[in-house]
Amino acid sequence: MSILEIKDLHTSFYTPLGEVKALDGISFKLEKGEILGIVGESGSGKSVTAYSILQILVPPGKIVSGSIKFNNQELVGADENVMQTIRGNKISMIFQDPMTSLNPVYTIGNQLTEAIKLHTERQDEAASLRALEMLRLVGVNEPERRLKQYPYELSGGMRQRVMIAMALSCEPEILIADEPTTALDVTIQAQILDLIQEIQRKFEMATILITHDLGVVAGMCDRIIVMYGGKIVETGSTDQIFYNPKHEYTKGLMRSIPSKVRKKERLVPIEGTPIDLLNMPKGCAFCPRCPKAMKICLERIVDPIEIESGHYTTCWTAVKEMITSGDAVLLPEEEVKEHDIRNQ
Amino acid sequence: MTSAINDNNQKEEYLLEVRNLKQYFPVRVGFMKSLYLKAVDDVSFGIKKGETLGLVGESGCGKTTVGRALLHLYKPTSGEIIFKGKKIQDKESLVKFRKKAAMVFQDPYSSLNPRMTVGDIIGEPLDVHKLYINKEERKARINELMNLVGLSSEHATRYVHEFSGGQRQRIGIARALAMSPEFIVCDEPVSALDVSIQAQIINMFEDLQKKLGLTYLFIAHDLHIVEHISRRIAVMYLGKIVELAAAEELMKHPLHPYTVSLLSAIPIADPKRARTRKRIILKGDVPSPLNMPSGCPFRTRCPRATEACAGFSLEFKEVSKDHFVSCILY
Repeated sequence: MSILEIKDLHTSFYTPLGEVKALDGISFKLEKGEILGIVGESGSGKSVTAYSILQILVPPGKIVSGSIKFNNQELVGADENVMQTIRGNKISMIFQDPMTSLNPVYTIGNQLTEAIKLHTERQDEAASLRALEMLRLVGVNEPERRLKQYPYELSGGMRQRVMIAMALSCEPEILIADEPTTALDVTIQAQILDLIQEIQRKFEMATILITHDLGVVAGMCDRIIVMYGGKIVETGSTDQIFYNPKHEYTKGLMRSIPSKVRKKERLVPIEGTPIDLLNMPKGCAFCPRCPKAMKICLERIVDPIEIESGHYTTCWTAVKEMITSGDAVLLPEEEVKEHDIRNQ
Repeated sequence: MTSAINDNNQKEEYLLEVRNLKQYFPVRVGFMKSLYLKAVDDVSFGIKKGETLGLVGESGCGKTTVGRALLHLYKPTSGEIIFKGKKIQDKESLVKFRKKAAMVFQDPYSSLNPRMTVGDIIGEPLDVHKLYINKEERKARINELMNLVGLSSEHATRYVHEFSGGQRQRIGIARALAMSPEFIVCDEPVSALDVSIQAQIINMFEDLQKKLGLTYLFIAHDLHIVEHISRRIAVMYLGKIVELAAAEELMKHPLHPYTVSLLSAIPIADPKRARTRKRIILKGDVPSPLNMPSGCPFRTRCPRATEACAGFSLEFKEVSKDHFVSCILY
């Protein structure tokens, strides 16, 4: 059974300029002990997904409809008291910016023990001991001294370690890491990613890793979700996504990374500009930038089709490929013919 | 640093040459007492005409300061900057140099004035250096620049907030190109952009270089991008250049332990290779530049450090042809 199951989740921000559909019907499952990567560019809805799960959306953001099931318990519409027993306890989160996610006027010890006291039986002495143990676990040197220090006295990498210690102190079942290393330097990033991986293996936590860096997910994740314009456009195992991308957006992403293999060749960018969430096309959100857009892409979105085991995409060109190669078509053939799949 | 680069007999070829550049900032550490933060400490290099020199390093290593000190946005503490064989020393030579050198900044959001139209932003260098005779000529030049960077000339009357990050960076580049410079300092020009947009901007830098014969100093922390665009790469650590070599040579045969660990720390966007490769994870953080270790600045984190490193006076050695490194091991 999946530890987390999200079905048809819609989250919107009601701005003065109109409704912004940050999440437009996303569904996915998170299995026990796996690392799931969510990639996408800014505005694709990756962070909003995390915020929706924990229900820490800031107004005017609101979950409109859908279901989030954690161990079969429905979280959408759940009481705030219920959410408080889950947030930071069963599901915890590491935020992007370690510089601003710690309170500057409290000591590290104070902030670390807060969550422990709130969610576990451990109080005073025991809570401090637990905090010490956590700091040791995440590899902070001189943990006794750190407990008495304030965030400004620590470096960025150190602060991120403290954040991780805090997130893990209640032994959560799910860890959500939202761009945990974006604000850090590469050598420090390597340290932190290693740490997350090591701890994840130790506790067999289910982990959601949100990032825009394809290099990070390649090395760490079991499965990957690619998001664009508030929708999941492709999901599959890491190898499937990297070696056999099917959605035109994923293909474009893969082409645009400079890598050793294609050195000195010209980069192939994705043309056009990022999506404007206030002004979304009726069909596929990627359509205006897609080199292979067809008539049908403008009008409607295909339901996720399974390319191979566990590999789904919502791209019409993938459907077209399947039809032309004579593979089993999952859609009624007439329907596809009716829309006349062909290049514009 | 008695640099071999300076004594190089090819020095005539350099468009821009930096000799023993030092940039110290005073930092107050209590009443009446101040220390010097050595942001850039004795850096020398040269850039040939039409080439791109990449400058990489972690935050706080002084790479941006090098770029800014080059253009005299800070007054360098000491050192020489020689452009086309002429030393930049007085106001006259500086004004001349600034007409030929420009800068593209990291953050396309804060480096463009929100109260000015795009046309005025791009036209400002023209105004400052009085590079036009009448309004029509100014307008024509602005249009030409906008077309050059892939913006349509209708955008000239709009304001910056109407543009996306990638488009803003194009505006910043058009502004840098306004005086037809020969040399551009690109200070992390793509790090604030989405992956899909980064490639567009990188390609544009390359196209412009070919078309206009530009010379770049390309500053970035992303080694993949630097490798892609640069002919030679310099690696900085704590205010010093620790290694300098041709891009391919540096990626294939890194010598300095810092370069080696930096290369191994970059995530590879290829699952199979990412799983199998060996990584060197550096311990600890970058030391504070106010409290630098003696000898080699990297020795506190270096996996191959020995006691002798504390007494090592940095010296740039040419290990193989055009491959310079400053490490006791070589």
